[in-house]
Parts: sequence; structure tokens; C-alpha cells
Amino acid sequence: MSTSANGSAAAGTDALSASRPTEVNRLERVVIRFAGDSGDGMQLTGDRFTSEAAAFGNDLATLPNFPAEIRAPQGTIPGVSSFQVHFADYDILTPGDRPDVLVAMNPAALKANIGDVPKGGTVIVNTDEFGKRNLAKVDYESNPLEDDSLSAFEVHEVAMSTLTQGALADTGLGKKDAERCKNMFALGLLSWMYHRPTEGTEAFLREKFAKKPEVAEANVLAFRAGWYYGETTEAFGTTFEIAPAKLPRGTYRQITGNTALAYGIVAAGQQSRLPVLLGTYPITPASDVLHELSKHKNFGITTFQAEDEIAGIGAALGAAYGGALGVTSTSGPGIALKAETIGLGVMTELPLVVIDVQRGGPSTGLPTKTEQADLLQAYFGRNGECPVPIVAPATPADCFDIALEATRIALTYRTPVLLLSDGAVANGSEPWLIPDVSTLPDLSVTFASEPNAPDGSGEHWPYQRDPETLAREWALPGTAGLQHRIGGLEKAEGKGNISYDPDNHEKMVRLRQAKVDGVAVPDVEVDDPTGDARVLVLGWGSTYGPIGAAARRVRAKGMPIAQAHLRHLNPLPANLGEVLASYDHVVVPEMNLGQLSMLLRAKYLTDIQSYTKVAGLPFKAEELESVFTDILREVTAV
Amino acid sequence: MTATDLGLPSMGGLDLVPTTDEPQKAKEYKSDQEVRWCPGCGDYIVLNTIQSFLPTLGLKRENIVFISGIGCSSRFPYYMNTYGMHSIHGRAPSIATGLATTRPDLSVWVVTGDGDALSIGGNHLIHALRRNVNLKILLFNNRIYGLTKGQYSPTSEPGKVTKSTPMGSVDTPFNPVSLALGAEATFVGRAMDSDKKGLTEVLGAAAQHRGSAVVEIYQNCPIFNDGAFDMLKDKDEAAQRLIPLTPGEPIRFGAEGEFGVTTTGYGGLDVGKVADIGEDNLVVHDPSIEDTAYGFALSRIGDQHLNHIPTGIFRQVERETYDDQARAQVQQAQEAKPGDLQALLTGKDTWTVE
Repeated sequence: MSTSANGSAAAGTDALSASRPTEVNRLERVVIRFAGDSGDGMQLTGDRFTSEAAAFGNDLATLPNFPAEIRAPQGTIPGVSSFQVHFADYDILTPGDRPDVLVAMNPAALKANIGDVPKGGTVIVNTDEFGKRNLAKVDYESNPLEDDSLSAFEVHEVAMSTLTQGALADTGLGKKDAERCKNMFALGLLSWMYHRPTEGTEAFLREKFAKKPEVAEANVLAFRAGWYYGETTEAFGTTFEIAPAKLPRGTYRQITGNTALAYGIVAAGQQSRLPVLLGTYPITPASDVLHELSKHKNFGITTFQAEDEIAGIGAALGAAYGGALGVTSTSGPGIALKAETIGLGVMTELPLVVIDVQRGGPSTGLPTKTEQADLLQAYFGRNGECPVPIVAPATPADCFDIALEATRIALTYRTPVLLLSDGAVANGSEPWLIPDVSTLPDLSVTFASEPNAPDGSGEHWPYQRDPETLAREWALPGTAGLQHRIGGLEKAEGKGNISYDPDNHEKMVRLRQAKVDGVAVPDVEVDDPTGDARVLVLGWGSTYGPIGAAARRVRAKGMPIAQAHLRHLNPLPANLGEVLASYDHVVVPEMNLGQLSMLLRAKYLTDIQSYTKVAGLPFKAEELESVFTDILREVTAV
Repeated sequence: MTATDLGLPSMGGLDLVPTTDEPQKAKEYKSDQEVRWCPGCGDYIVLNTIQSFLPTLGLKRENIVFISGIGCSSRFPYYMNTYGMHSIHGRAPSIATGLATTRPDLSVWVVTGDGDALSIGGNHLIHALRRNVNLKILLFNNRIYGLTKGQYSPTSEPGKVTKSTPMGSVDTPFNPVSLALGAEATFVGRAMDSDKKGLTEVLGAAAQHRGSAVVEIYQNCPIFNDGAFDMLKDKDEAAQRLIPLTPGEPIRFGAEGEFGVTTTGYGGLDVGKVADIGEDNLVVHDPSIEDTAYGFALSRIGDQHLNHIPTGIFRQVERETYDDQARAQVQQAQEAKPGDLQALLTGKDTWTVE
């Protein structure tokens, strides 16, 4: 089999096409999970499969899930890395709860993931890895492929390592190197099963390994071998088609949250016509923002990899003082370290965008897993009364818009702004309707050029405010006649000199609060299709997808439910109190122990049902569906 | 890609900072704020020296920025009629790095103390020095914590009895010059607060140096560590202890120049009588020596009891700065391929829904 695949692959580079008549099943949606050892290339495999789905025009959502260890002990459960992709012919909201198809590259991957596969699901295993030693590593007493433990599933046993090595026998590549291409074999097989376009993957491999053409060709060969294996073996009687999704008109691309966030910062620099300085320290899961921005120096972006988190934000604030768009990016532990500098930004009233890609906590916590437990840290995690505006993206693509929004607020109000992304949106991906840059908001700023003292003295008062926004003027070093000193000590209103005056402090604390409270944010919109819902589900951040998917399912059962989602956490939308009051029951699902619920109860004196989970993984739609259904039954019964 | 690769000529520290033909006076550098250090504080003399020195640079006053951390000396920016920021304890070098990297038209000065720079901010200091960011760091060393009222500092001598060490400090102190050299500093100097001429000379060289320049200034705290440097101020004592460093000249000191510096058998330096050493065996001072071992050996001649203290410039070498190179990369990227936002957002793999 593999020989013929090899032969025909070598014959030309035409796109692969299936010739054997197989039964074609049309599906609306499918969830596929690739699972293997950390070193097996599962993230790359999943990513490529996603790109194929995107190129085909499906709607999609992804969930990478990997350990913090770069290479945990081989073949063990902690070393399992997986990538789940959900694609459909309609607009979907989540990466899917349970995989319809599990590709397990070794016993550990099977053991760690089989519990998520619904009965009747498809399991494709690489039998070559199911030797005694690997089985023992994960405490399989007998080979699950030989006992009846997998009888509830449709199991396909494929000797992927052997077949890959066979396909690459003539390439001159060593056995070990050849075996490493088995992930592309798996990708080829799945690509055949789901009628995916293949040109993109082949082009990608040739570009990725441009400096090692023999490796590129080996991967292409393995990919094709997988495809031909599916086509010729008859082991797989059925293939599946998922038609392109009917999304709104326009041109799309696939994008992850961290890439969208980085592009948002690039766009913010362009739209504000300011140079950008990103001061940062590498930290999971935020580092990709640094990696991406460091590639775009041609947009006037400087990336400064600092000696620590504190220096990262310090440099960003120093750049902001000089008139640049200062940005810092981190995850929760880094926010703890940056807190004092955020305070200085609040006191000196300089614009600053502070990105927190949240992970599981506390302390080092779960670096590669998701959580939204930094909301209260963002609100209150500094000394003194130290308010900052807070925004959060709802989806991977929304990271682009939220970066522009954070920048708008920072520049308009001269304040640090906290942007709360999280691991799920940061690493997840979805189709993105590419914006026309001519429609992006104008973020241009005006710097102070003339002394502004209201007493006509010709002095410059650095803390003189715009009466509408309460923002102070941005007077840059280098501007003649506006020399002034700022700093962390309390400032006299207007003149900005050090002041220990009790009344002045009272006034300044309240002014800083009033400035943040007065940030203009859009009203929250409620999705209540039938208009008669009595229960409102309110979310923020990355829970948007599973909440929305669950709400759809509940509605499909004929039960009305309203959904609203917050992108602005501080200040909260002006209409939120009214919205909360207009429903009999409000439920707030969060990946923390109820932080937003606590804020809402305190601010609106209203009862909130908090539903929380801190498993390091996003909510499942079926889980929320069941929670919402129970609540709706109770509320209706009253 | 570095500035050298791009064929950029080597520059002075102030080459990109706008100048003025208008003569300036020290008075113009004084802000309207009342100076509030304790009477007799060494900071007054340093402030006056710097206010007298800055007009000699001929820079536009608005293009000078002082950034400080926290501590007595860090109040410095409030008294300067330039731009300034009184920031966070220990963090001034990081803020100055961001400013200097994005604004080559500014002369950026960091004002810090022994606690601010060497204790809480030690990390930022060493990294600013190794990166060689174009900023000047004035390290006011009074060997005590003043603002918090008298605890020992990272430069206090062993055994120091203070409020927090009633039985004496058991910490080994830092030698700031040794530390800076270990951190790959390209310019390291030292001066006394009371030595206006010597301090002005070192400041002048520091200002013109392109890259990070650190100047340790011995500064008396009359309240919590009074007289810490008296032995360097008493004329007779000073002659025995202070070792002035003059480039190109043999290193000699003493009232009659009777002492000098010579090499030891293992690559270090030591002091002795010129009569014993022999004039030909005196070390001729050369701050441009690339190897930091020389400056380091000089910095180790004294000990923490100040029995021999070289002053002047220990090291002054050329090395490309972080900020010049970072800007050159941005410029090169922009020239090679100006940013096209629509193209970036669109990327390579797209599909269209009709």
C-alpha cells in the first residue's frame, strides 16, 4: 500500500483526489481530537487540519491542550498533548464538548482521552505504539486493542509508524527521522476521510522546512501515504463531507486569539499614528503576543524583552511618557509583579495597555490551561484606590477589536487599561471576517503644545483636565515651555506639584475614580430571540462560546433564555443594572469562584446565581445546557 | 543587524539631542519647588553641581529628562526645571530604558541611591548596564537608608550598627564600581559630592558617552551616617587615600605623589611607595582597555573602610547601544518593507463567502 502511495506521490505534485468509490456521509458538524505524546507534533497536526477546514470554508473552533512541560516523560499521561477541532457547515461557537473522532498516537493518549469520546465514536490508533512497555507506562494491564474495553467504539487500528517508515524507505531518511513524520500520515488519513483540500498543507510543509528540503519532501510523502492508505485499504468504508458554512459574506482567514491580539496592537499603532513599544517578559500563555509583534517592526513596533515583568511594564510606561503607545503583556503572575507600575500609571495618568492572558492559578498554577480568575486582581490588585478600565475579548477573533478598544480608552482617558484575555481564546482559533482597514476607528491623539495654566501665568499645569473626559494633557519631553515633573507622590490638582494636603488627596482620589467611572462604553446587548425569557445568562470573556452554544440548545428545546455578554468589565455598561433588573433570574457562569457575581451583587444589590468551574478547561456546552435547563425548570415551576 | 553592520558612524551620547545657541545659566535649571533635603545633606552640593554643569552642554533644556526611583536622592527631579519623573523604588532604569529607546532626541538621566540601585533595583541596574542603553545613571551612595530613617544599606560596611542591626550588620556590601564592571558597563566613574571639579569632569565625560554611564557619587548623610566620608575630605587623610585617575598618566597619589599603583603577580593591582615600586613600574591609567579586569582590579584597591579610593573614570569603552540597535532594526524593517496593515490582516490563506 505504502509503496504504491510512495510511487504515485513521487510521480507528480497534483492535488490528491479520491478515486475508490466509498460511501459519503454528509454531516453538519464534526469534532476531531488529535492526541499523542508532547513530541509527536499533535499541535502542528491539529493546526494544519484546522487550516484545511478553514480553506474549505467551514466554520471552526479549536482547543489546543498541552502540558507545561516541553517534553514530559515519553509515553506517560502527563506527557499527552492534544488538539481538538470542531468544524461545521453553520456558525459554531465552541471547539466542541466531545470528540466524534479520536486519533490516539499511543496508549497514554488513548487512556487520557477515551473517556471524552461518546459511545459509537470513532477511534483511530497507531498500533505500533501499543507494545508492552508503553502499555505498562500507563498501567494498562491488558492491551485495550485486544480486550473488549473499546467495544463501544468504532476502532481503526493503523500501524502508522511502520507505514510511514515504509513510505519513506527510499528517501534515505534514517528510521527514527522517518518515524517522526507519522503525524503527517495521520493528517493525510484524516484529510482523506473528511475530503479536505491538501494543497495548503503541502505548500505549508515545503515552506516550513524550506531549509531542509529532504525533510519537507519526507513530510509531504508521509502526508500522501496517509491519504492513499485511506483511499486504498478499504479499512475505512465511509468518508464524510461537511459543506462550507453559510457565514456572512466577506473574506475570511483563520486566526488565533494571541495573533489577533498582536494584530490589534499593530492596528492600534497605525490608527493612533504612534510608535509602539511592547515591554514584556516571556510567560505562558502570553509569549506568542511578543513573538508575533517582534515580526512587525516595519509597522514602527519595538519589542523589548525585559529582564523581568516589572522592567517590561516600566519600559512601556517610560515609552508612554515619551509619547509612544506603551504596551505590556503577561499572564496572572506577571500582573502581580506589575501592580506597582500600574499604580504609577494611574497616578501619573499616562496611557498604557496591560495585557493579561489569564491561566489557571494561584501562583504558577496551570500555565497552559485556562481560567478567568484574575478579574478581581485586575479590579483591586493594587495598593490604594487605584481604578483602571478593564476589557475582555469574547472570542479569538474579538481579541483584535478588544486591543483597539483598550487602546482607545487608554489614549482618550490617559490611563492604564487592563485587557483580560485567557488561555482558551489566546490559543483557540476561529474564522475571522477580515476587516477593511478603512473602517477601523481613528485613534489619533493630540499632544500638548502650549502652556495651559488657567491663571494666564504662562506656566504648564500637567494635571489640568479635559472637563469631559477628565483626562490630563499629554505633554511630551522635548516640548519647549512645558517642562514639568510627575511621579508617584500625590499630586496637587491642576499644578501637579507634590501635595500632602488632605482635601487635595480626597479630591484627587475621587477624580481618578470619576475618570474611570466616566469612560464611555457601549450598552450591553441582550440576545432574547423570543422576547419572553425570564432567565438571563450573563458571561464575560471566553465563556461566550459555550454559553451561546448552550443557550441555542436550550432554545431548541422550546425553552426561552436570554443571553448577554460583557466585553467591558470596568466600567460596566450603563444599562447593565436595568438589564439585570428586568429578568426574574440571572445566572453568571465563570471559570473562577464567582468573581463577576460578587461584583454585580455588590454594585447592583441584586441576586445572582453563580455557576462556576475551575478545571483549567473551558465549559462544555452540554454542561451549561444541563445547568440552564435545570434553572429554567425551577424558575418556571415557581 | 547592528548599527555597525548598517555602516552607522560611532556617535557621542548627545549627538541626537537638539542644542541651543542661547547661553544658559544654572538658575534656569532650578525649578520653583523648595528643596527639602535635610540641612547639610550632600545632595544639595550635587544638585548645585549638576545645575551648574548642564548649561555647559548647550542642550535644549526641554530635551533633558531626569528619572528617579525612591529615596532621598530620588527627589532630585522635582528640583530640576527639565522634564522629570519620580517613579518607583528601584525601577527608574527600566522606565528610562523605554524612554531612551523610543526618544533618541532626549538626554536621559537616572538619579538613584545605594538602596534604590543596588538593593531593590539591582536587577534593573545590571541589565541596563549590560544592554548599554544610552542613559546616565547617577548613583548617590551614602551607605545608609535615609528616607526610611537609618537602616543599613547594601553598601554599608560590615558590622555597621543601625536601627535594624543593633548588633552590627552581617551583610557583605557591594562595591558599586566592581558590580557595574561585572555587569559589562561601558562607562564607570566615581566622584565625591564635595569635589565639584572632579564630579563635573566625570559628568561631562558621562554625558558625552554613548551608552550606559554609571557614576558613583559618595554623598554624606548628615543625619543617619554623618561623616561617612570624612577621611576622604580631610586634606591630609585624603591625600593618603584618594587616588585620582587621569587617562594617560601614571597612577600616583599622596601629598607629594609618593605613592603609586603597580601590578601584582596574579594580575591584580596594589598600592605602594613609588620609591619601592620604581617610576617605570607604575601603572599608566587607560580607561579604554577593553578587558574589564583592569577596571575591576582598580576598583578592588581600596576596601570597604575607604583606605584607598580611586576617583575619576575607571572604564570608558565604545560598544553599540541597545537603543541605537533597536531603532536601527525598526528603521531597516520599515525601509525594506513598509507596513501594509490590510496585507498583514489578510495574510496568505483566505477564503471568501459569497
